[in-house]
Amino acid sequence: MTRKKRRLYFVSLGLLALGAATALMLGAMGDSLLYFYSPSDLAERPVAEGQRFRLGGLVEEGSVDKAGDTVRFVVTDMVNTVPVVYTGILPDLFREGQGVVTEGHLDAGGTFSAANVLAKHDETYMPKEVADSLKDSGYWQEGADGPPAGAPAAAQGAVRAYQ
Amino acid sequence: MIPEIGHFALVLALGVALIQAVVPMVGAQRGDLAWMNLARPASVALILCIGVAFAALTHSYIVSDFSVVNVALNSHTDKPMLYKISGVWGNHEGSLLLWILILAIFSVAVSLLGGNLPPALRARALSVQAMITTGFLLFILFTSNPFERFDPAPLDGRGLNPLLQDPGLAFHPPMLYLGYVGFSMAFSFAIAALIEGRVDAAWARWVRPWTLVAWVFLTFGIALGSWWAYYELGWGGYWYWDPVENASFIPWLAGTALLHSAIVAEKRDTLKSWTILLAIITFSLSLLGTFLVRSGVITSVHAFATDPTRGVFILVLLAITVVGSLGLFAWRAPQMKSGGVFAPVSREGTLLLNNVLLSTASATVLLGTLYPLFADALNLGKVSVGPPFFNAVFVPLMTPMLILMGIGPLLAWKRGDALGAVRRLWAALLGTAVVIVATWVMAGGSSVSAMAALGMGVGAWLLLATLVEWAERVRLFRDSPRGSLRRAATLPRAAYGMTVAHIGTALLVMGVVGNAAWKAESIQVMRPGETLAVGAYAMVFEGAESLAGPNYDAIRGRFRMVDDDGHTIAILTPEKRQYTSPPMATTEAAIRTTGAHDYYAVIGDPSPEEGVGAFVTRFYYEPFVPFLWYGALLMGLGGLVSLSDRRHRVGAPRRARAAAGAASRPAAEAPARA
Repeated sequence: MTRKKRRLYFVSLGLLALGAATALMLGAMGDSLLYFYSPSDLAERPVAEGQRFRLGGLVEEGSVDKAGDTVRFVVTDMVNTVPVVYTGILPDLFREGQGVVTEGHLDAGGTFSAANVLAKHDETYMPKEVADSLKDSGYWQEGADGPPAGAPAAAQGAVRAYQ
Repeated sequence: MIPEIGHFALVLALGVALIQAVVPMVGAQRGDLAWMNLARPASVALILCIGVAFAALTHSYIVSDFSVVNVALNSHTDKPMLYKISGVWGNHEGSLLLWILILAIFSVAVSLLGGNLPPALRARALSVQAMITTGFLLFILFTSNPFERFDPAPLDGRGLNPLLQDPGLAFHPPMLYLGYVGFSMAFSFAIAALIEGRVDAAWARWVRPWTLVAWVFLTFGIALGSWWAYYELGWGGYWYWDPVENASFIPWLAGTALLHSAIVAEKRDTLKSWTILLAIITFSLSLLGTFLVRSGVITSVHAFATDPTRGVFILVLLAITVVGSLGLFAWRAPQMKSGGVFAPVSREGTLLLNNVLLSTASATVLLGTLYPLFADALNLGKVSVGPPFFNAVFVPLMTPMLILMGIGPLLAWKRGDALGAVRRLWAALLGTAVVIVATWVMAGGSSVSAMAALGMGVGAWLLLATLVEWAERVRLFRDSPRGSLRRAATLPRAAYGMTVAHIGTALLVMGVVGNAAWKAESIQVMRPGETLAVGAYAMVFEGAESLAGPNYDAIRGRFRMVDDDGHTIAILTPEKRQYTSPPMATTEAAIRTTGAHDYYAVIGDPSPEEGVGAFVTRFYYEPFVPFLWYGALLMGLGGLVSLSDRRHRVGAPRRARAAAGAASRPAAEAPARA
């Protein structure tokens, strides 16, 4: 093989890989991207029943109701609320008044059926989307670096994890 | 006083690093040997300064000096000693100091072990290494000083996140950093070669061991992190395609490509520009990984110190590195002579294909990781890219590579005989077919198990083909047993390294496929005395009790794992812990392994409304998970075996003189020694 032919071979190989990667990614993007909604987003732009998405906000104070391995709670952004039902063991850091991100779909009654309640490694950690949606709804206290209510103040900024 | 000594040592280190960055480089340009050789004492001085700083911080942690902000925020008097020490790098500032320490270790290793390197190349590489060190020293001194003081000092510290108080995670960051930072060495050599405008087989021979060291550490580091996530988070998963996991996986993929292209560059004196480019890309991706982890721009299940100034600083460092090195590459690379030619079907050809697939995989994982960032910036909505995306993209890219991995080593350099290779692999083909059919039948013959059977087939193919390749090398069954044994004893270590690492990859593939296909999970409320079938065994809940640990309170559940005849196999005692400082709950899973499958039990909250002593419990049947750890261990071991090849120790100096004397001679001689 001459150098020219080899260069052609390299280039076509590269283009092939690029094409394959693009095709794979576009195919995968179509049905595996999860959109994030706050309760207010959901009120403005309804989501079809059964469509998978992420719902995030604060766990409303006093809303958690455990019955065996099934948990009901309410996610709020202090403006709108969405009831959530989840079967399984909650993450260790799940608490009333704290930020939470859940993944699942709406059922016929408008309850969000969560398949996953996302675990966070760190109690001071506020999911970015939740923080943004609280800013949108005007309930974010700038500089507080945490949820507006309920979070143990002593913990603010105390624990930093790497990785 | 000691923290101030540490701080002073860091400032001193900045001065030394600047000298090491400038003087040897100028010396190399001018051909002044004395200036070039300054790099060696400078790198020793640098490691001393940074070592003192690191020791000072460690000392503050050991004696619990809470007047140091960093210690007060991340340590506590009640903490066991191991975690007081691992607390040093269990936070942003300390981990950055560790990063710099490792940079300096690599620097000094090159200057002490690289006695046989051409002085100019060594001087330039050490100078580039010192430039990187300078950047990070500026970063730590201006944005993340670990020696900052509190006045007045608090009585006690706030403690380390209890999830991180774990032996697996105590050693995970140093391993990972040795990997990340290790690629800086390949990068420094690449830049030095670009400045010299000359890349030869000898250059690749020096770069290979450094890349290999970095790759081995990164492999172990990622495996440790994955293992930790598996047993510590209590979710029964080992990989989530989380941005922070991806941050270490992207450079790993690029580094694996680099490892293989460096072989071609060394043995065949070709793909040289590509190897240089990969070295640049791999280190840039390591920096990008650091940026993603440190800046908190991406939402992750992991937590970060989110501080915009730090993010910006790393972004600037990253930009300078990427733009500077790629610019240099664009300017100098076209002047490099390309070496030997080869046919598409040849060992170089398959290694090139492996490189293309690995880099494409690396790029897709990178895009998937960064996509939420782009989408948010372009107002496309807040999205998350989860495991389905990565699985859909990654698996089709890796499958052909894994199949090729079985064939490539059997092809000759320059021009291979594909048909001949496949014919020699008849035993592996037969074995693979048997594995696929047997798996499919045993798993019930459905369409889902057909996918699993094919996946296991890919793993089996790689395993068998690798063994066939080894058998071919030692002429097993063709020669007398004694002859084969003699060949096996004289086979180069690098060949064994490949065999071991590829077998490791095969086991890893089988672990991933088998676990994905047959994993089972069950969540339920159990009263004491109740029994539940899990996998091949049954779990009897014997109740739960409270107990107090050194810095936590816990509920400990007791499960008796019994077989069909009622014999007790094991007692599993998962815990749910409540730590006091910081106040935080953790789940300690109990895992019983059979060597091939894991039984995994978690105790949840009490559920008194369901009966006295009732608890939420969760079981996972985790088939083939141990294969992941065996696989990763073998991959890393393969790297170490390859590293011990005498060529890396003895061969290099001889080769160096030969190459220096005959740089223009055609490289056709090189494969003769391969």
